[in-house]
Amino acid sequence: MTHISVKVDGTTYEDEVEPRLLLVHYLRDRLGLTGTPVGCDTSNCGACTVDLDGESVKSCAVLAVQADGGEVTTVQGLARDGEWTALQRAFHERHALQCGYCTPGMIMAARDLLRDNPRPTPEEVRQGLEGNLCRCTGYQNIVRAVLAASGQEVTA
Amino acid sequence: MTSTTEREVGRARPRKEDAHLITGQTNWTDNIQAGGLLYMAFLRSPLAHARIERIDVAPALQRPGVVAAFTGADLADGLGSMPCVWPVTEDIVMPAHPPVAADEVRYAGDPVAVVVARDRYAAADALEAIEVDYEPLPPVLDLEGALAEDAPLVHADKGTNRCYVWPLRTGEEFDAVRERAEVTLKRRYHQQRLIANAMEPRAVAVTPVAASGEYTLYSSTQVPHIARLLLAGVTGIPENKLRVVAPDVGGGFGSKLQVYGEEAVALDVARRLGRPVKWTESRSEGYLATHQGRGMIQDVEIAATREGRLLGLKVDLLADMGAYLMLITPGTPLLGAFMYPGIYKMDSYEFTCTGVFTTRTPTDAYRGAGRPEATFAIERIMDDLAAELGVDPMELRRRNWIRHEEFPYTTVAGLTYDSGHYEAATDRALALFGYDELRAEQRKRAEGQDAVRLGIGVSTYTEMCGLAPSRVLRDLRYAAGGWEAASIRMLPTGKVEVVTGTSPHGQGHVTSWSQIAADVLGVPFEDVEVVHGDTRAAPQGMDTYGSRSLVVGGSAVHHAAVKVVEKARKVAAHLLEASEQDLDFADGVFSVKGSPEARRTIQEVAFATFTSHDLPEGLEPTINAEHLLDPDTFSYPHGTHLCAVEVDTETGQVRIRSYVCVDDVGRVVNPMIVEGQVHGGLAQGIAQALYEEAVYDDEGNLVSGTMADYLVPSAADLPDFVTDRTQTPATSNPLGVKGVGEAGTIASTPAVVNAVVDALRPLGVGDVRMPCTPERIWQAVREARS
Repeated sequence: MTHISVKVDGTTYEDEVEPRLLLVHYLRDRLGLTGTPVGCDTSNCGACTVDLDGESVKSCAVLAVQADGGEVTTVQGLARDGEWTALQRAFHERHALQCGYCTPGMIMAARDLLRDNPRPTPEEVRQGLEGNLCRCTGYQNIVRAVLAASGQEVTA
Repeated sequence: MTSTTEREVGRARPRKEDAHLITGQTNWTDNIQAGGLLYMAFLRSPLAHARIERIDVAPALQRPGVVAAFTGADLADGLGSMPCVWPVTEDIVMPAHPPVAADEVRYAGDPVAVVVARDRYAAADALEAIEVDYEPLPPVLDLEGALAEDAPLVHADKGTNRCYVWPLRTGEEFDAVRERAEVTLKRRYHQQRLIANAMEPRAVAVTPVAASGEYTLYSSTQVPHIARLLLAGVTGIPENKLRVVAPDVGGGFGSKLQVYGEEAVALDVARRLGRPVKWTESRSEGYLATHQGRGMIQDVEIAATREGRLLGLKVDLLADMGAYLMLITPGTPLLGAFMYPGIYKMDSYEFTCTGVFTTRTPTDAYRGAGRPEATFAIERIMDDLAAELGVDPMELRRRNWIRHEEFPYTTVAGLTYDSGHYEAATDRALALFGYDELRAEQRKRAEGQDAVRLGIGVSTYTEMCGLAPSRVLRDLRYAAGGWEAASIRMLPTGKVEVVTGTSPHGQGHVTSWSQIAADVLGVPFEDVEVVHGDTRAAPQGMDTYGSRSLVVGGSAVHHAAVKVVEKARKVAAHLLEASEQDLDFADGVFSVKGSPEARRTIQEVAFATFTSHDLPEGLEPTINAEHLLDPDTFSYPHGTHLCAVEVDTETGQVRIRSYVCVDDVGRVVNPMIVEGQVHGGLAQGIAQALYEEAVYDDEGNLVSGTMADYLVPSAADLPDFVTDRTQTPATSNPLGVKGVGEAGTIASTPAVVNAVVDALRPLGVGDVRMPCTPERIWQAVREARS
């Protein structure tokens, strides 16, 4: 067991964990932060994407011990006082989710994308979200939502 | 007062479902925790076909955190065979399907043991300690080879790999029309196996109350009601002691239209141990253990005149059942049996489907289930016929399709299409697409010997939705009916609960059903909540699949709401001291004709009914109502899809340049949701055409066994779609709706493949097998050139 100290969505947790414990399982099974789901076992789908120290990471590809001393933001930590972020609002208004399973990862990845590139082109959004799979939407409304959240005019 | 000046049906309402999904306040099955929860893990066969000579789970029990372990033999006294509810013929071969194999494994992934441990890592670790000796048996992989006299058998006790032969003959004899036809074409198309890849892997959790023998099963399922009925049968738990909950469910696409062995095992293990248990598949495990889709060889023959008038169609299918018959495995290919003639008029139709057992993961429904295969075959061969006759593929379709003034029209296959307007949808699609301009560019590129060719693909499809009239299901030997249930509870505060038997997992029923109920009741959209997916709260239902939910379930909501209004009318008349006939009802308000100040809202009536202080003598104190709707017939969405691709003849690379579709799904309840359904459907149909395949090697191992090997397309792999609609209302339901869940998937696959072949036809390429990968295209071009 290894001692870790991690700040998640504003709260600091101290825990003893197995060195092999994945960050996503730490979040889900130990902290009960089940807003971050697991969609695959090969880090292809991106459903488990969270922010670790300012970078989006797939939390199934990070060990909990690697987050020691770090700061994690999950989809559950985005809204402030019940106020959704621009991305969350855009996903809702643009119907960018259906089953919603990929949505936490998609929003966290899009957040990182917009941080790096505040006014992306549609093509840049598609390339930027390549590591996050959605099976419901065909991506078109996700692209529209991300563009809308970046403050750009979106047709249709 | 409550007034809805704007009708809800037809409005692009953002979804009620979204709030908890975009904030992570979700309730996926894997989230479920319970005191003393144990985790299950399954050991699965690494071989496609083998006899289990010896199995010993005792070493696993020595591992830390392990509480129990069971083999198939250990569980045999608690669990029956997994059910198949669609024995399609009288003499169908129905092998036993134990939830955990005891003697023989029949596909790579067939479970042989289950471990129960205190956490998921411990359970996974302990699998390694289980000892199994397998005696390999020959795999059965080739559909035609499997039917040979001397083929090795998947189920030796059955003496054959032929599961069933299901024929349909309608109209003139095909041999006769072939005789008089001036042109006949024969083609073989392959429907590769596909993996549904719902983003939420399957999961199941069971919380038992041992003392009373009551069980709650949470499952990532499309079919909680069907699951309760059948799992009661498999486990022997009385149906009324079993509650099934489908909490948030992360997509299904048919893969969760199933009752799985793991669900039965979870119930049995919870019963044996008296403790809550949970199991969640890993993605790679799901690739083996979740049923797959398609898997067919289609031999198609079409007969026509020289002018391009269709005379007849003959279809011979070999359908891969996989190793066992699951819920509707044998019936899945037959859901397309009546759809091969598509939108075209012809005199003769012959169809035969032969189900074949192989040593692969069982197949079953996958988005479209039978109809995509039918549409692919007819739309592909129409393009091949157009090329043979030297006419434009759209022109050939025009010459043969049912004209709008001919509806209702009974097709050669015996279905009566109630409504449609193929001309309108096609004209709109051609205009949006710029068909003539693209054809001109295509010619120019071909003449210039451009290495990147342009191809244009057409697909004018129809499909059947609204499963299903119960009497039709009886005639098809399906074991249950096809009704759907809805009830409406008018709460004292004026709020409304709609209870539905459909079980949404992304489709937005909460929003759409709210719109339907709000319109009939005249209450605000925000005042309606929808209850679903829990057999205790929504006790009756036939669940969600086959684009049935809106057509049958949504219509049931409409009917139930109408009943509420009629019951409320009696109470309102009493309160207003008027006769029922003298009451108007509009925008949620009952008013007396001629004295509009005498009024009661339906929500006031709900409160008055709750107190029951002043009701008509003898009236039952409720205005709640229920409606079970058994549809009279199916519904038939249709549309025209056009795809332009650029194909690099040197690298085999395909780029979709534009994709236009005009769908007619009847009246639209929520255009935003409908468009989303179309987008997602297109993505899945395009994925079959270009990207996805469950590939098996010669030993029966799944080669594309992880998400890294199986190409689920990303945003970067798909184009922007241009979508539009025509609206020809269905005549078979009060809403005029037709269903939209599968249209995109059904239509798009042939549109894309037709486009790829169209690009390469001048080079001598007549077909490319799906998925049309760069390698296959490059190979096809090379072979055509040599």
